[in-house]
Amino acid sequence: MKVVVCVKQIPDPASEYTLEPDSHWLVRPSEQVLDDTDRYGVEMGLQLAQASEDGSVTLVSMGPTGNMQGIRQALAMGADKAVVVDDADLRGSDALTTARVLAAAITREGFDLVIAGTESTDGYSGVVPQMVAEFLDVPALTYATKIEIGDGVTIHRQATSGYDTVEASLPALVTVTAGVVEPRYPTFKGIMDAKKKPVDTVTVNDLGVSAEVEQKVTAVSPAPERSAGTIIEDDGEGHLAIVAKLRELKVI
Amino acid sequence: MANVWVFVREQDGGPSTIGLELITKARTLGDVTAIYVGAGSDEAFASVGDHGASAVFHLAPGDALVSAPVASALADLAGTHNPDIILFGQAYDDRDVAGRLAARIGRTVLSNAVDVTLGDTVEATHEIFGGSQLATSTITGERPYLVVVRPKSFEAAPSGGGTPGVTTVDLPDVGSSAARVTGSHVEEKEGPQLEEAAIIVAGGRGLGSAEKYAMIEAIAKPLGAATGATRAIVDAGWVPYAKQVGQTGKTVKPDVYIAAGISGAMQHLVGMKDSKTIIAINKDPEAPIFSVADLGIIGDVNNVLPKLAEELNKG
Ligand SMILES: Cc1cc2nc3c(=O)[nH]c(=O)nc-3n(C[C@H](O)[C@H](O)[C@H](O)COP(=O)(O)OP(=O)(O)OC[C@H]3O[C@@H](n4cnc5c(N)ncnc54)[C@H](O)[C@@H]3O)c2cc1C
Ligand SMILES: Nc1ncnc2c1ncn2[C@@H]1O[C@H](COP(=O)(O)O)[C@@H](O)[C@H]1O
Repeated sequence: MKVVVCVKQIPDPASEYTLEPDSHWLVRPSEQVLDDTDRYGVEMGLQLAQASEDGSVTLVSMGPTGNMQGIRQALAMGADKAVVVDDADLRGSDALTTARVLAAAITREGFDLVIAGTESTDGYSGVVPQMVAEFLDVPALTYATKIEIGDGVTIHRQATSGYDTVEASLPALVTVTAGVVEPRYPTFKGIMDAKKKPVDTVTVNDLGVSAEVEQKVTAVSPAPERSAGTIIEDDGEGHLAIVAKLRELKVI
Repeated sequence: MANVWVFVREQDGGPSTIGLELITKARTLGDVTAIYVGAGSDEAFASVGDHGASAVFHLAPGDALVSAPVASALADLAGTHNPDIILFGQAYDDRDVAGRLAARIGRTVLSNAVDVTLGDTVEATHEIFGGSQLATSTITGERPYLVVVRPKSFEAAPSGGGTPGVTTVDLPDVGSSAARVTGSHVEEKEGPQLEEAAIIVAGGRGLGSAEKYAMIEAIAKPLGAATGATRAIVDAGWVPYAKQVGQTGKTVKPDVYIAAGISGAMQHLVGMKDSKTIIAINKDPEAPIFSVADLGIIGDVNNVLPKLAEELNKG
């Protein structure tokens, strides 16, 4: 089974995110990491590929490659190769452009199953995978907390309380939630091997798609601040401050 | 008058709360048509009308996974009726249909909106960086504009509108894009539900272990509060997903939100920072949760929570 996993490189979430002054695009340093959300997809992809005949895992990613650290992280986990779409014309892409590009790259690779995250950490539109599925004309089984491959694909789809079981035939796209599997840590051998794995860098021209963008961020301003609260150190009586507050609010 | 469509997914036999919130907002933007997806009933349509929809397109998906067939039907409807804007809630099927429809008709989606205006073009407001900044975005392309709105951005309120005219729309066969819902597993709902609760007591990884979540329940009980959680402890399997508050969980705005052992990551904050009063207990004085707290206790949950429970139980 040929699995394609959509992965994104993002600025380290532990660092402070900033925006470029006029475009309001997120500043992307050359050193980016693999979006934590996508580690679940990579792990799921690896497990499903390993369990199948002729299994392979190809990563597809769009965005400034920088030093490729995030892609190497996913390759070090065990993915076989990567296709990275990096093109200056794609800076500031909206969800639709991103999806069009990803779908074109995925089509070029061929696939039985596409895996994506539910929401990226830096963009969190959550609509990219569904758009990709429409461009590929396959079903999108979203919010998967469990995936099984048989004749087709069956998932547990997270619901407001509990889950639904959803079935479709392959090829298909699945989005995974955090917690679907426990992502492995790369081994030393994995990290060394990753350096030699093929990474194919392509442009929008290679894919023959348009990089036109329709969404513009026109302004960014600080949100109204909450008035500063009272912060106290617990000296053994901290709970009484809470009780007093609840009384003041007349909830007890 | 602008032609405004609102996606309404059926939930528990009636229109979803987010659907009614959006219809209420849509009234201020133009003439409202509801896209009602579910089995449907006279009461459900009446409720949609009562909140301000003057017309309803009814799509009954049966056991089909909603996204592909509904997006396909909506694309055709939009082509015939030319809506100016279609509002979707940020919920499972709702957001899925928005994305799928967008790709089908070649428009992008403004997602995570907390406010929307419609004039010569569309403008949406988004909270970014955990809600510390507000971004305004617009679409330069053609209508219909597609906007996905976070729950609780607007309050649902009846307008006293009458029963709307209902048009039933058949769903197309989507061939290779079809998927079926073959079963449902519903977790039992215990105690007050998060979205409706006036008080919420929520716990995070700082509790230390799954068993310690009992400390949260011990406080919630005497207060008649609902219990909530961070994604960290949902992923760890301490509590079910239904309790998750935040970006990928529930958005809540209770009168009081008590956060215990929660760091206050931006994805958690966007789900609860609009609570009227926030009380936080964390042993780290630098924890970001304190930046939104009205009352913060720098302390160990193992000390503060049991004493608080005892005090509350005294009555
Ligand atoms: C795309 C995406 C979506 C996400 N969606 C959500 C979401 O919907 N909801 C959500 O909550 N998170 C979400 N997250 C995860 C989020 O980024 C954080 O990882 C998570 O909220 C952290 O949970 P936590 O506060 O329980 O754990 P931690 O961040 O580990 O914080 C634990 C806190 O407990 C304190 N502590 C430790 N011991 C004690 C003690 N004995 N007494 C008192 N305090 C103590 C520590 O000081 C620390 O501040 C999302 C992340 C991503 C990338
Ligand atoms: N630029 C990108 N490159 C690769 N995958 C992406 C990209 N943007 C989004 N995705 C995929 O789509 C998922 C949801 O992203 P989003 O719609 O941005 O919230 C991510 O978890 C990825 O799997």
